[in-house]
This record gives sequence, structure tokens and C-alpha cells, in this order.
Amino acid sequence: MQALYLIMALLLLISFFFDREKTWQSIQRGKNKMMKILPGYLKLLVLLSLVLLFSEDFIVEYLGGQNIILGSVLGLIVGSITMMPGFIAYPLAGILLTRGVSYMVIAAFIISLQMVGVVTYPVEKEYMGVKATIYRNLAGLAIAAVLTLLIGLYYGEVII
Amino acid sequence: MKNKKEKDHRLDYGIFLVFIAFLGISRLINFDLGRAMGENFLIFARDMILILPPAFIIIGLFEIWVKKETIEKHFGNSSGLKRHIYAILLAATTVGGTFVAFPVANSLYHKGADYSSIFTYITSASLVMIPMSVMEASIIGLEFTLLRIGLSLPLVVISSIVLNNIFQHDNYALPANV
Repeated sequence: MQALYLIMALLLLISFFFDREKTWQSIQRGKNKMMKILPGYLKLLVLLSLVLLFSEDFIVEYLGGQNIILGSVLGLIVGSITMMPGFIAYPLAGILLTRGVSYMVIAAFIISLQMVGVVTYPVEKEYMGVKATIYRNLAGLAIAAVLTLLIGLYYGEVII
Repeated sequence: MKNKKEKDHRLDYGIFLVFIAFLGISRLINFDLGRAMGENFLIFARDMILILPPAFIIIGLFEIWVKKETIEKHFGNSSGLKRHIYAILLAATTVGGTFVAFPVANSLYHKGADYSSIFTYITSASLVMIPMSVMEASIIGLEFTLLRIGLSLPLVVISSIVLNNIFQHDNYALPANV
């Protein structure tokens, strides 16, 4: 985070050195873009605070079930719907691991968390359009499912 | 066109203010559910809101300074498989993950990057983020992380190429002026 501010300051300085007018334009452009999407991000923030409230308990409670296939499917679903920062998701996965939950279930959750974003749909569609957003997320879900299976096979947790 | 496209954001801001008020009141009267939500909110707010100003200023600088030809050359149709490597490298170093990747991808597209580069970029922005992957390796295990990244990237690139063909065929265009 601090690094990003540092990079910004550095780039602005370099830009300012070469062309004041362009630097000013860049700042204006960035500001306008941000103000346009800010309501979308704020709405997302509200949604995420709500979703996180339920997903954490759900994950700890239900992903560790006896059935590995069911656990993986649930992992894919929760991972797709929610969105959480890594410093919450990984410790959570760590807890599951110490409880003996299989790598396959953890993979399902972690990978779909990264690749599929249902709650981020409102923001993504502003930049990518509805169709691209839906296609990209469906492709992500398909890849997450394939990877989950591959990781399960690798660790010998499922056998075809 | 501008008037038609300009959306009314008052409702969005309204919802947000009501939510903030709810969190504040929950804190005052010790309403547990509201307090828990407030904590979640702070986690995301710190992560997201603080990252937006520098991210968008850098996007602004990018749009004003970087020439279209440069992006076309590296992320465009003619760049072959290399554009996916560039996209993945850019994704690995994008601070803020997907939230920042969406607007960056849109800017890249309007500078001449093709669909397959930006799909690879967005999807890998959360897959290979360096700090997150380091954290994952230390908690779940290096083997798992390497396996996950090694298996996912080829699939992501393949899916991006497939999506690229679909969208090119359909003459799809990403939203402009966002």
C-alpha cells in the first residue's frame, strides 16, 4: 500500500519534470475516473461486509464435512460468491488444514475465491461490460473446478 | 450522449450513508451483528478505499503518457504468446488485486491490448499476486502454491485465447469513458 503511494509520487515527479500540463491532465483524468466508479466501490464495500459476516462461519462449519466431493462443491460455491482479502482467507484455510480438511476442498475454496467474483459483478461489468464479465467468470469457475480435481488427484485424495 | 450515460448516484451514496449510520449506531448500543459488520467493513475499507487514489492517478498518468502503439505492440494481436507473459508479469505486480485490475484492464484495452491479454491479466491479478502467494505458501505449503500457480496459468491463457476468439467474432467492445 505505502509502496503504491511511493510509486505514484515518483511517477508524478518524473511526469511533472517533463511536462506540467500533462501531469495536471493525468491527475484530472484519474480523479474523474475514480469519482465515476466510487459509488460502485462503496456499494461493493457494503455488500462485502455483509457477505463476509456469513461466509467465515459457513466455511469453518461446513467445508470440513466428511464427504470430500460435497466439501469441494461447497468450497467452489462459497469461494465464487464471496470475496475476501488474503490475510483472512489464508489463515482460514490454515485452520481447515489443521482440522484435517483435504487439500482438494481448500483448493476449491481458494481458487474459486481468486478466479470467480459474484459480488464484484457490479464493478466488473462497468469496466468489462455484462457479457465479458459473465463469460470470464464462467470460464474461471470451470478452471477452478478442473484445478480442484487435479489437486485432489495429485494429493491422492480422489481416485478416478 | 453524456446526459444519457450519466447515472444518478444519489441512491448509491444514500445506501452507503445509511449503512455507515447503522454501523455507528450498532457500536453505540452494542449491537453484536452490526459491530461484526463494522469490523468487516473496516478491513475492506482500509484495503480498498486507500488504494483507489494512487491507483487511479497512476491509471491517469498511464492514459496520458503511454502511446497506443507501445501497448498495441506488447499486448496486441501481433504480440503472440508474449502478451500473456507480459500480462501475467503485470498482474503479479499489480497492488490491490482485482479491484485495481478492472480499471487497468479497461485502460489497456482502449490503448490497443486485445481481449486475450486483458482476460489473462484480470484473472491472474488475483492468482499470482506476489505478496498473497508468499502468504499462501507459508500457511498452506509451498508445494500447494506452486501446484496451483503452475496448473492454473496455462488454463487461464487457453481460456483467454478461446474468449478472445468468441469476442472478436462478435465484434464486442468494452465500455468506454469509465
